[in-house]
Amino acid sequence: MSTRVMPFRGSLTSREQVSVYEFSWAAIILIPLVAVLIQIFIPVKVRFLPIVDLPFMVTIFFATARRNPITGCLTGCVIGLMQDLFAGPGLSHPLGMYGIALTVIGYLASSLGVKIDVDNPGSRFLITFGFFGLHQGVYYGVAHALLRQGLQWSWSHTAISALANAVLGIFVYKFLDRFKQR
Amino acid sequence: MDTFLGRYRNLIVLAAILFAQIIGLALQVRRPTDAGETRLIRLWAVSAVTPIESAVIHSQEWVKNLWTTYIYLHGVRRENRELRAEIGQMKIEQARLSEDARMAHRIQALLAFKEQYVDSTIAAQVIGTSGSEQSRVLYIDKGSNDGITVDMAVITPGGIVGKIAQVFPDSAQVLPINDQFSGVGAALKDSRLQGILKGAPNGATTLQYIMSDEKVVPGEEVITSGGDRIFPKGLPVGRVVSSEPGKDLFLNIRVIPSARLDQLEEVLVVTKITEKMPDAKDLGPLRASDILAERLPTVPNKTEVDAAGNAKPSGAAASGTPPAGVGTGTAAGTAAHPATPGTGSNKPGVGGTTISNKPGGAVPAPHATSPDTTGGTNGTGKPKVATPANSRAAGTGAKPSSNTVPAATTQPGEAGAQDNGEASPPAKKQVKPAPEPAPNAPPEQPSTPPAGAPPQ
Repeated sequence: MSTRVMPFRGSLTSREQVSVYEFSWAAIILIPLVAVLIQIFIPVKVRFLPIVDLPFMVTIFFATARRNPITGCLTGCVIGLMQDLFAGPGLSHPLGMYGIALTVIGYLASSLGVKIDVDNPGSRFLITFGFFGLHQGVYYGVAHALLRQGLQWSWSHTAISALANAVLGIFVYKFLDRFKQR
Repeated sequence: MDTFLGRYRNLIVLAAILFAQIIGLALQVRRPTDAGETRLIRLWAVSAVTPIESAVIHSQEWVKNLWTTYIYLHGVRRENRELRAEIGQMKIEQARLSEDARMAHRIQALLAFKEQYVDSTIAAQVIGTSGSEQSRVLYIDKGSNDGITVDMAVITPGGIVGKIAQVFPDSAQVLPINDQFSGVGAALKDSRLQGILKGAPNGATTLQYIMSDEKVVPGEEVITSGGDRIFPKGLPVGRVVSSEPGKDLFLNIRVIPSARLDQLEEVLVVTKITEKMPDAKDLGPLRASDILAERLPTVPNKTEVDAAGNAKPSGAAASGTPPAGVGTGTAAGTAAHPATPGTGSNKPGVGGTTISNKPGGAVPAPHATSPDTTGGTNGTGKPKVATPANSRAAGTGAKPSSNTVPAATTQPGEAGAQDNGEASPPAKKQVKPAPEPAPNAPPEQPSTPPAGAPPQ
């Protein structure tokens, strides 16, 4: 409901304090839901869209805006499990693959958000780019180590996907900033 | 202790959440659902989302149809003209291809091959995807309420799409052929080499398990082999793009799918596939003259003697018009329908519904109603009545065969009486009986073809 100001633990930015944003319950529920719906619906018409991962961006956005590692990993867990529900047949894609990946991303993004300023486009670009690679890595790790799935890793494809998500993320975050309550 | 929990609270929560999900994963892998079953949470989620997606997709289609059908009609007349011209060309092409198909059906009938036919399909709209790069599944707006079950084939007129992986009440999940967990029994159309078409994480499809010493040419068509018991044999799959030696003993054959998997909007779900023998309706009716020519190859025909006095082979003459007294059914006065080939009656000398595969001589004469009714005979010239044992047409109790061989002609009334008593309905149409040819006499060229036969 309000913007809290918390002291900066590190000295990675020029600011001495960072803002912790709150969101309405409607925004907390509807934004991830709409992101998952768009993610599964839009590729019917635009097939290259799976390269863009809206639930991942929403996870990063909430985690960095709220700057609380516990709520960050819980948000990532819920959004990831929602994504898992539609992601594929049960045998090839059991529930929890995206859940684990986004839990880790939510935790790390919110932890990073405590330490650095994540409100400017440059840092948002870098965070999204880096975390997308990590997200893919965790996903592939889970698939390979826990499920023995022989997924093929492609550095170039991951880099292109990360770049696309990072660029689009700047605009998505800008749009989602409207739902922040000050 | 409180200090420890307070200090590492975040990490402990993270570890707990991750641990719970890993346990959940392990339980799902340990106890997978049976084929066709769906986890309840997935069922609820998909059932909740399906109406929204269906509404959005159908309203979008409605607006699109309104625009394209009623408002934006620019160039429709020109397109109509072009399409009509194309239909004309395709009719010519179809006529040529149907002859090839008939020949193939005859061979299949002789070899007792069973064909698979797509009997019924349900049209469905694609309403969603997995939204993930790791999975390429699609969602369609038809589910178990529409008769969809797991492992049904999903196709388009262009080629195969995939199979049904999961079914929900009003929607279903399709596993397309380019998904990395998909596998389709496929074969190369020309070389008939068989392999398995598999998808890849990047959406590419490769034909695997073809030995590296085989030669596969780019551009060759790939069709379904029918080996997976999901897709009927012979459906288009794609085209070979490249073929390279792989790591193992097998070729690495890249295939581009025939169906545009990235632009799917409507698909057909194959709900019923039937296996049956090729039908005689597909073969086209045969004239009795052809059968006679095959039966009596050495008997010269009077009309075949040319001016020089040299006798032509009887087979050549057999391709002309049928003789009087042939091409008739066993039941007098009934409309003679084309015979259905019985596998046991295709041998010469068996009689009944012998089929002649002579090319060039068969002029289709469907539903030939002829007064020249003769009884079928066996190979010895003994009058033979069409029974369910030697004729599928008689077995149905409906239509007598028109392709019986009149080596010994019986009185129409007699044959009809026998048939009526066994299989055929009573003759209602009064017809004029034909003059009886002598038993085992060589057929004579009639002056006019039998009634109902198409003009030569």
